Order: sequence, then C-alpha cells, then structure tokens
Amino acid sequence: MAEKTLMKGNEALAEGAVRAGCRFFAGYPITPQNEVPEYMSWRMAQVGGAFVQAESEVSAINMIYGAAATGVRCMTSSSSPGMSLKQEGMSYCAGADLPIFVANVMRGGPGLGNIAGAQGDYWQATRGGGHGDYRTFVMAPNSVSEMANLPAKCYEVAYKYRLPSMILADGIIGQMMEPVEFTTPEVNIKDLTEPAWALGINAGRAKRIVKSYDLREGYLEKLVLERIKRYRQIEQNEVVYEEKMMEDAEIAIVAYGTSARVAVAGMKLAREKGLKVGLLRPVTLWPFPKARIVELSKRVKKFLVVEMSMGQMVEDVLLSLNGRAETHLLAKPGAAVTTADELYKTIESIVKKGAREYAAAK
Amino acid sequence: MQLLNKKPESLLDVPMHYCPGCGHGIIHRLVAEVMDELNIRSRTIGVAPVGCAVFADTYFNCDMIQGPHGRGPAEATGIKRAKPGAIVFSYQGDGDLASIGMAEIVHAAIRSENITVIFVNNAIYGMTGGQMAPTTLIGQKATTCVEGRTAKQAGYPIRMSEMLATIDGAAYLERTSVHTAPGVLKTKAAIKKAFQNQIDCKGFSMVEILSMCPTNWGTRLDNPSEATKFVAEGMLPVFPLGVYKGA
Repeated sequence: MAEKTLMKGNEALAEGAVRAGCRFFAGYPITPQNEVPEYMSWRMAQVGGAFVQAESEVSAINMIYGAAATGVRCMTSSSSPGMSLKQEGMSYCAGADLPIFVANVMRGGPGLGNIAGAQGDYWQATRGGGHGDYRTFVMAPNSVSEMANLPAKCYEVAYKYRLPSMILADGIIGQMMEPVEFTTPEVNIKDLTEPAWALGINAGRAKRIVKSYDLREGYLEKLVLERIKRYRQIEQNEVVYEEKMMEDAEIAIVAYGTSARVAVAGMKLAREKGLKVGLLRPVTLWPFPKARIVELSKRVKKFLVVEMSMGQMVEDVLLSLNGRAETHLLAKPGAAVTTADELYKTIESIVKKGAREYAAAK
Repeated sequence: MQLLNKKPESLLDVPMHYCPGCGHGIIHRLVAEVMDELNIRSRTIGVAPVGCAVFADTYFNCDMIQGPHGRGPAEATGIKRAKPGAIVFSYQGDGDLASIGMAEIVHAAIRSENITVIFVNNAIYGMTGGQMAPTTLIGQKATTCVEGRTAKQAGYPIRMSEMLATIDGAAYLERTSVHTAPGVLKTKAAIKKAFQNQIDCKGFSMVEILSMCPTNWGTRLDNPSEATKFVAEGMLPVFPLGVYKGA
C-alpha cells in the first residue's frame, strides 16, 4: 500500500508489529509508550490475537516468555524504568533462545527520571541488560515510518537466529506524528510455519522443553558457545545503517534516533558554511556498523558522536575506530536535546579550532 | 497375570532427584495420573518453577517450560492466551508462589486465567537449603531464623487459599495434604477437579498441597513418621484443609 496516513510513532509501531504477525501483546502502562498497549488492546481483538494488561512489567515479559515458547509472534513494550524490570525476563528469553519482540520508548533517567524523550538506555539495550552472556538485536528508528516498518525486520531476525529483538526508540519518536507508509509486506500468519521447538499440541511427537538452564558440567558452556556463533552471523549479515552526504565528508557525525534528525539539521548549517560534514546513522545498534566505521576512517579522520545520553554510543565508535581517527562527543543527558545550532558550533570548533578529542578531554 | 498398577504415561521413567520422604514425587505422580485419566497429555503444557521442582520439566511427559522464580502464572497466562486449545498448568512451591511470585499468582486469579495451579506448601525453601518461607510456622526453625520464626521479626505465615478465596476471579481453591494415604486420594481428586475446570473453561483453579520436607525440617530421614507428624500437628492447625472456593 503506497497510501500515506498520519500516525503517532507509538501507534505506527504497534500497527507495524501487527502487520508483521504479532498476535499476542502484554504490557503495563508507562509514559511515553502508552499508545502502544492502548492500540493493541483493541487491535489484537480485531486480528484474532490476545491482549493482556499485566500487573507489572515483570509479569508482562514473562507472559511474552510463555507466549513466545508456543511459537506465536508476540510483543511487549515499555519505557526506561519498566525496561529495567523486564531485564530478568529478557535474560531468560535469551537463555531459552526465544524470538521475542520488545520495544523501549526511552525517557529520561536514571531512576524515575522524567517522561521526556532520551537515549540513556543504549548500554542496557546493546550490552545485554539482564544477567549472563547474551545479545539482543536492537534497531533504532528515527521516524514514524521506521517505527512502522522496522518491527518486521525485528521478527525476521529474531526467528532466524532465535534471540530477543528490540526497537529502541526515544520518547520524541514515540510521541511525534508524521505521514506513514507501510512499505514492508503484511505477514499472513497462516503462511508462517510452526517452529520445530514450539510448545503446543504434541500429537505423536516427543515432548519439547523450553528452558534456559543446564546444570550438567560443561553443557551450559556449549550452549552459550553455540549461541555466540549465531551472534557472529548476525554481526556479519544483519548490520543496517544509513548515510547522508558522506561522499566528500571530512567529518562524520554518528547519531541515531532523534539525535540523527538534529544531526541532519546541524549538518545542513555546516554545509552552508562550506564545512564538509556527513552523517552515519546506525539503524542497528547491535550489531553496530563497526566495519563501516573502520572503512570510513580510511578517509575521514574526525568523528563526532551526538547522543541524548552521557556518552554511551561513543564507546562503540571508540571501539570501532581503535585509534584510527579522532573521536568527539556532543552529549545531552537528562532528556535534553541538542539543537542544530549547538551542533553546528561543535562542528565548527572541531574543524576550525581543533577542539580536544573526547577521550583526551576525559 | 494381571497388571495391577503401572507408571502413568504422563510421567517419564527416569530417576527423580527428590530426597527421601519428600512429597514432590507423590504429587508428580498424581498430576500425571490425572493427565492420563483425562486424556490430555498430548495437549498439556506444564510450567516448572524455580526451587526443588525445577526439574519437573524433565519428569512430566508433556511439553514443558521452565522460567524465572515466581513467574509461573505469568508464563502460563502467555501460553494459554497464545494457545487457548492447550491445557496449561503451573507447578510451584511456597517460596515461588507465596513470596517472589505473590503478584503473579494473585493477578492470575484476578483475571481468572483459565489455568491450573499445583501449589506445594512445605513451609520451607528446599532447593536453597532450608531458609524461612512465607509459610514457615511461628517457632519453626530455618537457616534464616535459627531460633525459630518469630512474629515480631518476620511476621506470620501466609494462608494463600484463604487469601485467594476473596478474589471473585478464583473459580476453585482447595487445600489438601499428602501426609496420609486418604489425603493422597483426596489430593488426586482435587487435582482432577482443577484440570477438569480448565477443560470446562471455568477459570482459575488452584490446589494447595501440604507436603513433607524431612531434609530441611531436620526430621529423621529413616523415620518418615516424624515428618508426617509435623504436617499433622504443626501445619494442619495453621493451614486447615478444605475447599475454599468452588466446591
């Protein structure tokens, strides 16, 4: 369907999940993601799915753990404090190799923080978040259209490699309204084959167990090593990023979500003044576009990370560059947002005045 | 020759790890016999807890899931809502259900989830080595109340069946015990009703079963009557048997 409709980010996210085959949703109210459970409460009934308003985020993620074990595409959503509560369940889903889909519409933190959009959960999302050795496939939309279309990719990767997947949006993307085009084809759930591990009606076959533990010596190690092989494949095959004006860029901005939108505005100001600035926008935060950054560093010698957090994604850029280029940081924690003008001035100070690098300034 | 008794098909013929005198083996068998008799094995999904019954996933011969401590009713909710045709049961101990999982069990009852809960109450944490449970009796010794539980320091044991009976969504609640042979038979009848209710879509059903833990109670392993005596004289006055909802 090429037709565009005006939608709120959170609603587009919910509808995107439904079109990608989601038939079970459990969640708990928390601002700024409330439109997701609100939308799902009536939409699930329309498509013959099920909706539960759980008593807590802890319970919601465990409902997802149960539902996902049956092979049904399911989803839960929350915002930062609620995502902390979900980490127990996230770890179990990772440990049981369940393909779940979770959305975090981030707000200011730590603690109760505030309800404005922020990007302070980058580490939690990309480093695991819960206990144990595991990864989550994380995508970061920067528009309402991406909120609508990225859930399909999350399900695809989650089912292909059997791991939790996540949309990491900020409250601004969740709350804003934009024209939306659903470009990914709608999934007909009748076309989905039941996974070979799914619990259900077991007429004649051997029993199946979904679990995350193995107490036998050496077995857990093997289990985790096998999982890491899949993580390596994801790093090889599933990196998504977008570039703008990188062709002749001498300085590369790295930013995602709302920060990437501000980056485009700041970049335009800089270009007007003749500064050759480009943008690398990671769409997958894990796997991070490491290889692309290394490639770019062959000709781009200055990188500027822009994030609405204290300096979290900058660590992935530093790790990727490993000293190959200068790294700078424009960080706005506490649910503050950089302005295009501020960004321009930062670019100017780096290019014209030789501002100190982030690592050196620390 | 006539076969008088055999292992239920719903229980796998594998060695169990339970201690001598423990009630879990009896209760596993009762659940399995009920699954056989109601002919639901092929469409049953069981939820194993954290605690002594964590390995229930390997003992029952039906699809099983094992998840976080106390979250069984939430997992069961997700399974049942996603696969309404399945028969779903959650098997939980007292630390699991009445302490860390208190919110999950209460709200599953409030929503009247059409699931069956097998709640094994032995008034102690077994797997972790005998710590005080929410159901530990006043005066009962545990590794985190070595002189015995006092109300002043740790409050009173929780009566789950009575508490859940105040909830409109709870369809059936019964407390039974496996410390006597008649008690075992009554327990089986209660478990059967709790599964039949689910088949009949009657909503949330739970059987609370008083059970023995000689290892962590410190009663003699070579004399099981010490443990059954503790149930009869210690637990029954605090946890009276009977149907609390949906007779």
